[in-house]
Amino acid sequence: MSQVSTAKPLLAGAGTRKSRTKEELIRFVLFLCAFLSILTTLSIIAILAWEAYSFFREVRVFDFLSGTRWTPLLEPRSFGVLPLVAGTLQIVIGASLIAIPVGLASAIYLAEFASAGVRRVLKPVLEILAGIPTVVYGYFALTFVTPLIAAIFPQTQIFNAASASIVVGIMVLPMTASLCDDALRAVPEPLRQGAFALGATQFEVTLRVVLPAALSGVMASFVLAASRAIGETMAVTLAAGATPKMTLNPLESIQTMTAYIVQVSLGDTPVGTVEYQTIFAVAALLFAITLSMNIIAHRVLARFREVYE
Amino acid sequence: MSSDRLRRRHAVTKCFRLLCTAVAWAGIVILAVLLFHVTREGIRWLDIQFLTEFPSRFPEKAGIKSALWGTVWLITLTAGISIPVGVAAAIYLEEFSPRNRLSQLIEVNIGNLAGVPSIVYGILGLVLFVRFLALGRSVLAGSLTMTLLILPVIIIAAREALRAVPDSIRHAAFALGATRWQAVRSQVLPVALPGILTGVILALSRAIGETAPLVMIGALTYVAFVPEGPMDAFTALPIQIFNWASRPQEDFHQLAAAGIIVLLVTLLLMNATAVWIRQRAERTGR
Repeated sequence: MSQVSTAKPLLAGAGTRKSRTKEELIRFVLFLCAFLSILTTLSIIAILAWEAYSFFREVRVFDFLSGTRWTPLLEPRSFGVLPLVAGTLQIVIGASLIAIPVGLASAIYLAEFASAGVRRVLKPVLEILAGIPTVVYGYFALTFVTPLIAAIFPQTQIFNAASASIVVGIMVLPMTASLCDDALRAVPEPLRQGAFALGATQFEVTLRVVLPAALSGVMASFVLAASRAIGETMAVTLAAGATPKMTLNPLESIQTMTAYIVQVSLGDTPVGTVEYQTIFAVAALLFAITLSMNIIAHRVLARFREVYE
Repeated sequence: MSSDRLRRRHAVTKCFRLLCTAVAWAGIVILAVLLFHVTREGIRWLDIQFLTEFPSRFPEKAGIKSALWGTVWLITLTAGISIPVGVAAAIYLEEFSPRNRLSQLIEVNIGNLAGVPSIVYGILGLVLFVRFLALGRSVLAGSLTMTLLILPVIIIAAREALRAVPDSIRHAAFALGATRWQAVRSQVLPVALPGILTGVILALSRAIGETAPLVMIGALTYVAFVPEGPMDAFTALPIQIFNWASRPQEDFHQLAAAGIIVLLVTLLLMNATAVWIRQRAERTGR
């Protein structure tokens, strides 16, 4: 929560009346800047709700959410969003398979094993990895990871879910590692010392004492990482393809919700048509999913912070 | 018998430690592989001509002049709008705001905005700036979209910097009769400045690499001129990279790699500046 400074001017009426009016004015301008964030959220919700509303006057909500065929741009048109959701889910699961174990293990290394000197080297490397633009990861997936996968599995398509999942996993890895690291380091030292005093080895302390104590924070970081993977756009647009379908084969081309939005905005679909309004319906779904995941994760994080501080 | 078990427990710890170490250092390996791959692919195309030519259908004639200048325009405008607004919002939340429901709502809201996918900001920019405010597909529309995208990042970083300023400085200013704003402007802000700058640079380096919002507002068009004002159409470096990377020809992929080198060098320079500012402040501050 906010740590608003407790310091206050000694005299409530410091300054002349003119300077007090000025002070109030400045305060108001500053408030407006802070209030802009609320306006941003309201505009996002208003725009998505309004445009999605006109879409759902043409297409039933139930058909949209439960349909298994997504062909809004081709005849016969069908507006079932599930193939896009399935594509997104495939990327998220694939990315989590990389980001969760690697991120957690890196965090354990950073928090429990590494010396201060090693931390000083590894932390900036993670920051650099986190700062690389997603379009670069997309390029990397297309020109490095895909050929690598194709060398092992010859039936791999040029655009495939596997290579996109891998780079999205690498992309959310730094965030997962750094959040898990925070959670592990928030566990009070006496808990570790107590376990060591009872004769536990480092492995037992980490696995049976530190990790359970940090579990809520670790879980929250997984949720945040998954939410980031869901919203990831450029890497999946470049590497995963543009074929909305429900498949379990990671070597095939798929399409995610975000990649679909990009595809339509790049094409020449006339503004105002139902075909065009699909992007708002998909974006509204995307926004709702990521927002609820973020809210849940932040709630969990806030709660566990209170326990140990 | 029991010493056997003890030995096994220690062996498990050793293996576990080794595993965690190897996995943690894998991050460095991945970074190295990525940089090596990009450099090997792109270095051949990287010359003065690449920086001074406009995009072209012919790979050997193509360059990133318009993209480079578009990015310069975009980031300059974004910085000009987002820094004052972001720092002002942080000052309000950290130094002025009463502890009421509204400030709590604003805080939670900023945290959530930081997690909204960038493509959603692109849709916001498309409807609000490009269409509703009729700014068209201009640099200004792009900058305003980017501003909304990085504002949460700037606000969060600036608040941390302000929070790190010791209360004794505020007390001293108040004791001399300063109003809250006077204390903030002439005492707190100068002390917090290095921290704020670091956060701002990191936020702007995020804006440089963002692609999806620009694609949404329609910056992906063939642009063979340098923008001359905020209302001009533009393209940007990540957009040009995306364009080249999405073509099937090998030559264009290599051009994309050359563009990526330029982008990464820019980002690295910005990050280095941020680290330098932070370290200098730590040295002179204590």
